[in-house]
Amino acid sequence: MQSIDLATQSLRDLNATLQAQKNQTNATEWEVLNPRGAHAIAVGLDAPIEVTVRGSTGYYCAGMNKQAQVHVTGSAGPGVAENMMSGTVIIDGDASQYAGATGHGGLLVIRGNAASRCGISMKGIDIVVQGNIGHMSAFMGQAGNLVVCGDAGDALGDSLYEARIFVRGTVKSLGADCVEKEMRPEHLEILRDLLARAGVDAQPEEFRRYGSARKLYNFDIDNAAAY
Amino acid sequence: MNSQDKRIPQTAPLQSATFSNPINAEIRRAAATGIYDIRGGGAKRRVPHFDDLLFLGASISRYPLEGYREKCDTRVTLGTRFARKPIELDIPITIAGMSFGALSAEAKEALGRGASAAGTSTTTGDGGMTPEERGHSTKLVYQYLPSRYGMNPDDLRRADAIEVVVGQGAKPGGGGMLLGKKISDRVAEMRTLPKGIDQRSACRHPDWTGPDDLEIKILELREITGWQVPIYVKVGGTRPYYDTALAVKAGADVVVLDGMQGGTAATQDVFIEHVGLPTLACIRPAVRALQDLGMHREVQLVVSGGIRTGADVAKALALGADAVSIGTAAMVALGDNDPKWEAEYQKLGTTTGAYDDWHEGLDPAGITTQDPSLSARLDPIEGGRRLRNYLKVMTLEAQTIARACGHNHLHNLEPEDLCAVTMEAAAMAQVPLAGTDWYPGKPGTGY
Repeated sequence: MQSIDLATQSLRDLNATLQAQKNQTNATEWEVLNPRGAHAIAVGLDAPIEVTVRGSTGYYCAGMNKQAQVHVTGSAGPGVAENMMSGTVIIDGDASQYAGATGHGGLLVIRGNAASRCGISMKGIDIVVQGNIGHMSAFMGQAGNLVVCGDAGDALGDSLYEARIFVRGTVKSLGADCVEKEMRPEHLEILRDLLARAGVDAQPEEFRRYGSARKLYNFDIDNAAAY
Repeated sequence: MNSQDKRIPQTAPLQSATFSNPINAEIRRAAATGIYDIRGGGAKRRVPHFDDLLFLGASISRYPLEGYREKCDTRVTLGTRFARKPIELDIPITIAGMSFGALSAEAKEALGRGASAAGTSTTTGDGGMTPEERGHSTKLVYQYLPSRYGMNPDDLRRADAIEVVVGQGAKPGGGGMLLGKKISDRVAEMRTLPKGIDQRSACRHPDWTGPDDLEIKILELREITGWQVPIYVKVGGTRPYYDTALAVKAGADVVVLDGMQGGTAATQDVFIEHVGLPTLACIRPAVRALQDLGMHREVQLVVSGGIRTGADVAKALALGADAVSIGTAAMVALGDNDPKWEAEYQKLGTTTGAYDDWHEGLDPAGITTQDPSLSARLDPIEGGRRLRNYLKVMTLEAQTIARACGHNHLHNLEPEDLCAVTMEAAAMAQVPLAGTDWYPGKPGTGY
């Protein structure tokens, strides 16, 4: 395993080294020591490498990730895995606001809780949160799946497009145009696969599904009060 | 008075200045439809503008440069603060961000061709970067917008610069809307949304708020792109002093400042006409912020919103901008609102020069549309040639003025070359009212 210590090496050195890894690299395992809440750790990666960040990170850890697996053993600051394209990001602790924001693909797993706006404007990413999530999560979510094993805060799925939301616990309130939907066999299958990939021990049948009512897709003055 | 008595002279019918015909028409339209008016373009109301400024030209105290023989440089470098590869332009006139979606692929290609031929940059828009646009743009600025439609690290690294869009002059504080009727299969796919639905572009970024966050966001973008390319921050003109200062504090290489005459693809008319500052009012406070921070010319200032001629370019530069950006004017150069489409404008209930329903996708000129039968009307090669010509003319005009003022580089133009013909313009531009040495608010004058 290759090791980069942020106590002695710069953020630029870290990211330049990880970004330089190619698809055929033999250096597939990396660890980052002493992250100490630094921002933009392991951003812009594009190779099938495994990076373990031993500690907690600041903003935008694993931002725009492609292919790589990034594992944070602590908690993550705002915008973890923002705009992720592919690969896997796992947070052992909690994640701050905007986790997985605008993500286009890949899997984000948060073992603890996620704060507000988790999955905001998600565009295809899959997010599995083992704990609870904060308010306005999946706001304007376009595509992908948000799985919440705990409870969801206020205004879940506000102004939702085509993203799917699965919640096992309670939902404090639904946002504009977000409704509970029938859980059909194909949804159970999607959920079963996501839980398995995330390593979460839960039964799909315990969840409820939420999605867009699609009433706000085209502006209508009679719906203005919904905004 | 008895209006029936024809022997008595009658009062002339008097239209109300308050309830004018256009206002009354809008009241009737709102009453009939129940929805506010959405349109494209920038503010149409009369506001103090570059037309209200004049150059003083050379005299006994200053001597001019020979107009056709002596050199007047026009080159500008953007992004000298942190980027390893600043953008070097032949002319200080760039093409503003306009999206594929709002504009046809042919129009985007024409913009790239014209800008490249003139030695300047063009800019993507909401919806991402198309291969055609990248392929035809020698220097392409990639906008980083709240919607993040089509955003990906590969395109980010293909860009010559990144423009973090905080706001735009037509709608500072507002987001955008691409109506469903303009969503083709390709546009829908690029934006990861179903075809035919209204696509909302959020008014603020999804993963940061405020200047401290912006500083971290810029750090992330630099780390992803290896600190290679400049990062611009674009703001709508509202609080130009503070927004410029905060953008500099956040680490911007370039500040793009867009006044209320700057165009949009589709926004509420009430927003366009009633929110924001005229471009003229934005420049001096922004320059002062840069000067107060010791960053004037270190962080470059690009001004946009209502730039039409070389005179406008010269005036913006004289007030302290490093470059300008054009959007609406570039569209007009391509053929927008051309009188040759008058019959079709009439069918759409409008007329040449007034067509602004860009959001409807019915543009006779084939620019603001995704209808293949309409977009085919615009030849990208011919459009590119027209844009190049226009940019060249603007540059020649600005050089003509600079030489007349005795300057061998457009950047040597200065406020002392200007006077204002109205009090408002004098106050906003902080240059003397014509024939005086005074402007409202001039330090030490007590006014």
